[in-house]
Amino acid sequence: MDVLLPRTLEEALEMKAAKPEALPIAGGTDVMVELNFDLHRPEALIDICRLPELREWKRENGMIFLGAGVTYGRIMRELSELTPLTQASRTVGSPQIRNRGTVGGNLGTGSPAGDALPVLAAYDAEIELASANRARSVRWNEFHVGVKKTALEPDELILGARWRAVRGPGSFSKIGTRNAMVISVAGLCLVMDDDARAVRVALGSVGPTVLRASEAETFVAEELTRSGNWDDPGADLPVDAMGAFAERVAAAARPIDDVRGTAAYRRHACAVLARRALGWALAARREGVGRP
Amino acid sequence: MLIRTKVNGEWREADVWAGSSLLYLLREEMQLPGSKNACEQGECGSCSVWLDGELVCSCLVLAAQAQEREVRTVEGLADHDELHPVQEAFLEAGAVQCGFCTPGLIVAVTDLLEHDPSPAEPVVREALSGNLCRCTGYAKILDAVSLAAARMREGKA
Repeated sequence: MDVLLPRTLEEALEMKAAKPEALPIAGGTDVMVELNFDLHRPEALIDICRLPELREWKRENGMIFLGAGVTYGRIMRELSELTPLTQASRTVGSPQIRNRGTVGGNLGTGSPAGDALPVLAAYDAEIELASANRARSVRWNEFHVGVKKTALEPDELILGARWRAVRGPGSFSKIGTRNAMVISVAGLCLVMDDDARAVRVALGSVGPTVLRASEAETFVAEELTRSGNWDDPGADLPVDAMGAFAERVAAAARPIDDVRGTAAYRRHACAVLARRALGWALAARREGVGRP
Repeated sequence: MLIRTKVNGEWREADVWAGSSLLYLLREEMQLPGSKNACEQGECGSCSVWLDGELVCSCLVLAAQAQEREVRTVEGLADHDELHPVQEAFLEAGAVQCGFCTPGLIVAVTDLLEHDPSPAEPVVREALSGNLCRCTGYAKILDAVSLAAARMREGKA
């Protein structure tokens, strides 16, 4: 087995073109487990930890770019104003795991339980990819095409995710058996976009890929319009709106029974998470806080 | 694959299979068995070390990723015969039963106290959430953290 140790993105893309079978490794929280247990022995590994281009995040022209090599620990320290992303990062593993694990790893592994993925879906992120001779970006839902299946070509690397910064509150929450070191049974990210007067809701661990609850999103945006809440955050929603929203979110889930929980439990969990997330967002709007 | 890395202040070299973990490199090739090998999937924290100053599970670091980098292990904490205050505190508080999780916990506690000299208990619990003690001696481990924190603050005063 070969290990390639590029120092720059350009060098890495040339190496990947010459050896497309090389598996990228960053924090190793997925790849090393497979190697340690001899579940998978790739022909070659390419260490992308040293590429400065992947380790940066930036704001430019109202957009946020998050490099694939930014760790969850760094997100918590450096991007705390992005509330849902920071909340999702805090639920990843343990301090040791968060010091190594990266958003690029969640994207590349493509598990529907990746904690950053519902956040990227709720932000409507574009995933930026590059090979030695081209660069392209793919919307989040076109990047993950099935359980652990991505649209990444063998000669490409994931550069990061880019999304339009939104004004409005948001949150990430998840259900698991412990408060740390836990793979989520169900996860939900809700983002309110005050300017577009839209609510976006994404679900993790309840389908083959992360899913958006589109009907619930449209429903709640209309309820907010009807009640006048977009202009007056003190305006109350009709009493049954929260429950109706939660039901629609649960209906968007496509869960299965597995070792971590039953489909019925997961669907119920989605409704609970949805009601809480909407409640937090409305409260934050009333108090005038929350700028994800 | 020849790996050159700075371990506890000293440049060392070893030849390992390219798919080896940093934990394997330390334990099997560099005679540093303090970092323990248990879960091999980052769940238990027994193999905790510092890589370029960051707390990591060495089982999840490819040995080659430590090439030309700096590693600090539990063996680097004591100053010859003088134990580190966190090690002393674990002994005094009786925060050791079978001892297997102890090196990883001592590294994680040292990392915490280097960043936060007076952590509140919820902060300690969060900081140690990646270290498992299957003898379930957590209460005495928390006592040891308080003791070590107090000693280290006095030492600096």
